[in-house]
Amino acid sequence: MDCYTANWNPLGDSAFYRKYELYSMDWDLKEELKDCLVAAAPYGGPIALLRNCWRKEKAASVRPVLEIYSASGMSLATLLWKSGPVVALGWSAEEELLCVQEDGAVLVYGLHGDFRRHFSMGNEVLQNRVLDARIFHTEFGSGVAILTGAYRFTLSANVGDLKLRRMPEVPSLQSAPSCWTTLCHDRVAHILLAVGPDLYLLDHATCSTVTPAGLAPGVSSFLQMAVSFTYRYLALFTDTGYIWMGTASLKEKLCEFNCNIRAPPKQMVWCSRPRSKERAVVVAWERRLMVVGNAPESIQFVLDEDSYLVPELDGVRIFSRSTHEFLHEVPVASEEIFKIASMAPGALLLEAQKEYEKESQKADEYLREIQELGQLIQAVQQCIEAAGHEHQPDMQKSLLRAASFGKCFLDRFPPDSFVRMCQDLRVLNAVRDYHIGIPLTYSQYKQLTIQVLLDRLVLRRLYPLAIQICEYLRLPEVQGVSRILAHWACYKVQQKDVSDEDVARAINQKLGDTPGVSYSDIAARAYGCGRTELAIKLLEYEPRSGEQVPLLLKMKRSKLALSKAIESGDTDLVFTVLLHLKNELNRGDFFMTLRNQPMALSLYRQFCKHQELDTLKDLYNQDDNHQELGSFHIRASYAAEERIEGRVAALQTAADAFYKAKNEFAAKATEDQMKLLRLQRRLEDELGGQFLDLSLHDTVATLIRGGHNKRAEQLARDFRIPDKRLWWLKLAALADLEDWEELEKFSKSKKSPIGYLPFVEICMKQHNKYEAKKYASRVGPEQKVKALLLVGDVAQAADVAIEHRNETELSLVLSHCTGSADGATADKIQRARAQVQKK
Amino acid sequence: MAAHLSYGRVNLNVLREAVRRELREFLDKCAGSKAIVWDEYLTGPFGLIAQYSLLKEHEVEKMFTLKGNRLPAADVKNIIFLVRPRLELMDIIAENVLSEDRRGPTRDFHILFVPRRSLLCEQRLKDLGVLGSFIHREEYSLDLIPFDGDLLSMESEGAFKECYLEGDQTSLYHAAKGLMTLQALYGTIPHIFGKGECARQVANMMVRMKREFTGSQNSVFPVFDNLLLLDRNVDLLTPLATQLTYEGLIDEIYGIQNSYVKLPPEKFTPKKQGGGGGKDLPTEAKKLQLNSAEELYAEIRDKNFNAVGSVLSKKAKIISAAFEERHNAKTVGEIKQFVSQLPHMQAARGSLANHTSIAELIKDVTTSEDFFDKLTVEQEFMSGVDTDKVNNYIEDCIAQKHPLIKVLRLVCLQSVCNSGLKQKVLDFYKREILQTYGYEHILTLNNLEKAGLLKAQTGSRNNYPTIRKTLRLWMDDVNEQNPTDISYVYSGYAPLSVRLAQLLSRPGWRSIEEVLRILPGPHFEERQPLPTGLQKKRQPGENRVTLIFFLGGVTFAEIAALRFLSQLEDGGTEYVIATTKLMNGNSWIEALMEEPR
Repeated sequence: MDCYTANWNPLGDSAFYRKYELYSMDWDLKEELKDCLVAAAPYGGPIALLRNCWRKEKAASVRPVLEIYSASGMSLATLLWKSGPVVALGWSAEEELLCVQEDGAVLVYGLHGDFRRHFSMGNEVLQNRVLDARIFHTEFGSGVAILTGAYRFTLSANVGDLKLRRMPEVPSLQSAPSCWTTLCHDRVAHILLAVGPDLYLLDHATCSTVTPAGLAPGVSSFLQMAVSFTYRYLALFTDTGYIWMGTASLKEKLCEFNCNIRAPPKQMVWCSRPRSKERAVVVAWERRLMVVGNAPESIQFVLDEDSYLVPELDGVRIFSRSTHEFLHEVPVASEEIFKIASMAPGALLLEAQKEYEKESQKADEYLREIQELGQLIQAVQQCIEAAGHEHQPDMQKSLLRAASFGKCFLDRFPPDSFVRMCQDLRVLNAVRDYHIGIPLTYSQYKQLTIQVLLDRLVLRRLYPLAIQICEYLRLPEVQGVSRILAHWACYKVQQKDVSDEDVARAINQKLGDTPGVSYSDIAARAYGCGRTELAIKLLEYEPRSGEQVPLLLKMKRSKLALSKAIESGDTDLVFTVLLHLKNELNRGDFFMTLRNQPMALSLYRQFCKHQELDTLKDLYNQDDNHQELGSFHIRASYAAEERIEGRVAALQTAADAFYKAKNEFAAKATEDQMKLLRLQRRLEDELGGQFLDLSLHDTVATLIRGGHNKRAEQLARDFRIPDKRLWWLKLAALADLEDWEELEKFSKSKKSPIGYLPFVEICMKQHNKYEAKKYASRVGPEQKVKALLLVGDVAQAADVAIEHRNETELSLVLSHCTGSADGATADKIQRARAQVQKK
Repeated sequence: MAAHLSYGRVNLNVLREAVRRELREFLDKCAGSKAIVWDEYLTGPFGLIAQYSLLKEHEVEKMFTLKGNRLPAADVKNIIFLVRPRLELMDIIAENVLSEDRRGPTRDFHILFVPRRSLLCEQRLKDLGVLGSFIHREEYSLDLIPFDGDLLSMESEGAFKECYLEGDQTSLYHAAKGLMTLQALYGTIPHIFGKGECARQVANMMVRMKREFTGSQNSVFPVFDNLLLLDRNVDLLTPLATQLTYEGLIDEIYGIQNSYVKLPPEKFTPKKQGGGGGKDLPTEAKKLQLNSAEELYAEIRDKNFNAVGSVLSKKAKIISAAFEERHNAKTVGEIKQFVSQLPHMQAARGSLANHTSIAELIKDVTTSEDFFDKLTVEQEFMSGVDTDKVNNYIEDCIAQKHPLIKVLRLVCLQSVCNSGLKQKVLDFYKREILQTYGYEHILTLNNLEKAGLLKAQTGSRNNYPTIRKTLRLWMDDVNEQNPTDISYVYSGYAPLSVRLAQLLSRPGWRSIEEVLRILPGPHFEERQPLPTGLQKKRQPGENRVTLIFFLGGVTFAEIAALRFLSQLEDGGTEYVIATTKLMNGNSWIEALMEEPR
């Protein structure tokens, strides 16, 4: 235990800093680090090296090599640099490598050296060349800031959504600033630069001079500046060897330090932990490393070789040719437990557990001590927390064992914090392995979230590990395994040396019906790589037609798209494909395609019915659908044509079509209609009045009402109107006219085929009781009672009903017996009814 | 506000709240004051989901009806078009937007498609050059609208015509989507049964959609045990017959639209004002909402109309007795209690007065001789009497030019009850109709034939008697007052569709395989496996819940019959009813008619 704190260095009274090795670097560097452009991504990200030969003016024939390594020095990619001179390298938040060229072009590469895209930082930059550039991270993403040869700044706060902003000019700036940095304040990126003794802050529109609060006098130049990971603090290194540390607004000084080294440091970065009161910066010279904070003394390390500092959320990573180390402030929990002679509950618990393992009764003493103070819960929590901050699995284990031991003596200690820590450490240890090379600390991991970590594993093509983690953490499939498998499949389709069949099969075998996997995304990727056939094969596995169809259309597989759309039942999708096909194919082919797809055909017909009538006709023609053609022309005869000739012609076409359709009835009816139309026109010509478009029935009725009985008869004969209906018709028309004389004549013309009750009814309807009575007597026996009741002759109705001995009729009459006048009749009926019922 | 939706076995208020939430979320996306431009057809169904007050809470200040030319002036920041995805509507919207741009301050346009966003429509907007004008283009998946505690409808007017006449399955797709939404809220339905071509397709789409949604594993405990999908064309007969339940008759005579009915106002004049009552007779139709929120209506709507009168008079006695109570109220406490019941009593009295008036209106119709004659003919057909020859009554109706829809309903009924008419009889009817009502109706007749409502007998066999006997569609001994069988809803005829549902629940369709083969379309059963944790352990005596979906429409009489089955003590099954459209024979035939002029 004593030696455990050997690498702890006190800074002032309250804080310790420790530096431990993460990896011994696996890389076999040919160059010195100082000869290279270096960029290392935060959160244990990859390292990019580019031999910077332009400045050394070596032979132009030797092309520089861009190398990408994991944090443990495993090579991820090596490629010859064939583009222009590079001024700066940097990693985006998505772990894409941004290479800023002298001409302002930014080339974007993937983690594996695959070229992604490029963009330009604008004309002004192109003209004045890039003098210096920084890649910085904000909450919106990754930004690029550029200092041009004209000493102007241009920046873009998010390279994903490129919007260039040219910063205002610094007045009378004659030389390049001695140092500069980007700040991020209120979601806006600013630039702070130092020229001689002056500091300037550039925001959107203005350039203002700023002075750090409480800056020691005598500064004639700033040599280095550093902004903290979260943009909250700023450190300035002056030519007097004086370091000012304060807030990024420069309005508050936190502390200052004089290191008495006037040589400009190579790097200066912040080293602080979230939620810690301690603030410190790490300053690096060629062979010296210094940790400076709010203390009169600094911590000093000797650097054996060229080193490079990478600021992290909770410390600093330092790598060189041979090692990769992490320097950070010792977290409180660890300090409490491991500090020499600590009596903190966690320390006692750790001790107790060790004694317990040794089977010593001291374990009990320690435990009792903690319990007496009532600090066992706290002790367990401390051990759990400290375990998270340990790098060595052995130490993690002993701390967790201690926590577990302590837990046994507690009632209802919620287990989730312990379980979660075990899980997290399991994941962390897995990704810290040098094969993987992501040296995340616990705090970084929590900040990054598991989702992003999984993304990064996917980015490194570490699919199996990612899946294992998902399964281990029991993440929901859609967020976890499925997503990773989908990424794997997208990578798989890019393997051009494997045949389409094999890739498709491999993917389906692995993915199966895994929920949440989008085969269409994978297919789109395959199509993007020019593997159309593979894409089609993959789409077969896609259950969502809404996703299949657009891609199939894009790949010009419209007919396949059509059958997929039809399968889905989504008519809108079918329409979309149809309209696409219509433009793509010539008319004949289009119609042929439709013919094989009845559902599409009927939908398209519907479309045409509202949008393109002529096409509808062509469709029916093509299919020899004469029945529908007939209906089509019938409709046309009403819709378009005003003149009789036109209408008759359309009807003739319709009739012909109906004949072809073997629909004799419709054909005949249509011919009748033509005959009627012509006749109606003649009637209008000869008699005047309105006949056109009346039905045959109404035409005859109109003729009768107009007194043209002969013509009416003729028409009825011509169209073979059945006698019964003609009688009804005539009856109604004559009653309408109230031509009672003619009606009577008509009723006597022959025996009525509809009986005489209708005559009674219609007369009563016209309130002519006198006429009605005439017919009532002629009504046949079955309806006699009804007729008599209609004309109001209750007494006679009763007689007839009694005579018929019909119960229903009797009741009917009875219901008409109202008032005292019918009293006698009612009695009579009651008696008759009783008699009928008896039988 | 919509408490009656939660009274049933399945709380449909959950669905209503879900769709309301979706609407609110959309409205809140468009920040600032808004005007809604309505596709007029949608206003009715929307009234059941969101009253104006809800819209107002979300800064909807103006409402317009979608029509051509300019939009009316409105000082709002957002204009939201709420439309069905129809090309002709897109043209109007484009016209609106284009004429808007030229004047005044620019406004934000949005479009909300109900129930589905359509690529086709967006393409049209793009072609018209206005697609870019819309900031939000979204869909509001309002498929199934809760009408009552056990009733859902898509209110898709053309569904039957589109499916059976035009081969357009859009409404089936929406039905399947609606069922997926229901399953998301009420759990996966473990058993799907179906009969008919469309039913098969909907079930297929559901299986497909389920596959699309794997991953978002549904963990809701299933509320429905079964889903029964029924094609309307399996039972073309029922809607043609005149409904004889109270609600059915209101619908037959006055037409119920989105649970509202408009009635002639004369019978509803307030009786209180004695003086000068004759002068200001209301001329505007009386509009009443009809649903189970009204206690009395819930009690009488599904009764045979002949049984309604006695209930009403009984109620009248109870209410007047309750009012008489006030004379007995002596102490302050008693008076207070009486007063506290007053609002409820007054509401009950108002409700009673309304329904007495409605019943009188209906009675005027049902006691007419013509109604009686028509009913006699219908019942003759349904019981299999003289279905094979020209019917005198129909002939006379045509000769007297009775309303065409009435004639068509009767002819179709006869055709269906005879498995098609003899060619001679059919041609006679058709000729009579064309000569009397005009030759243009040949298109309507063609449509009816295409839909199978009207047809010539092919082959010699008339299948209807077999179906009638096996399914016991005609019951001679019907008790209208205290029914023992569903046949009471048509005073003798038991609706085929409901009989199928009844037989499915007990003893199962295996017993009627033969009849099922005669009826059109396949019958099938699908299982949707549930994870073991969600499998139901039924308590003894607990009823199953069946969701029955009528593809192509359902009548109120059928609904009444299903409710009757739900209430049977030993029934074993309770029904929730869903449909593409609430309809009756008139609206159904009307939708199939075609007037070329």
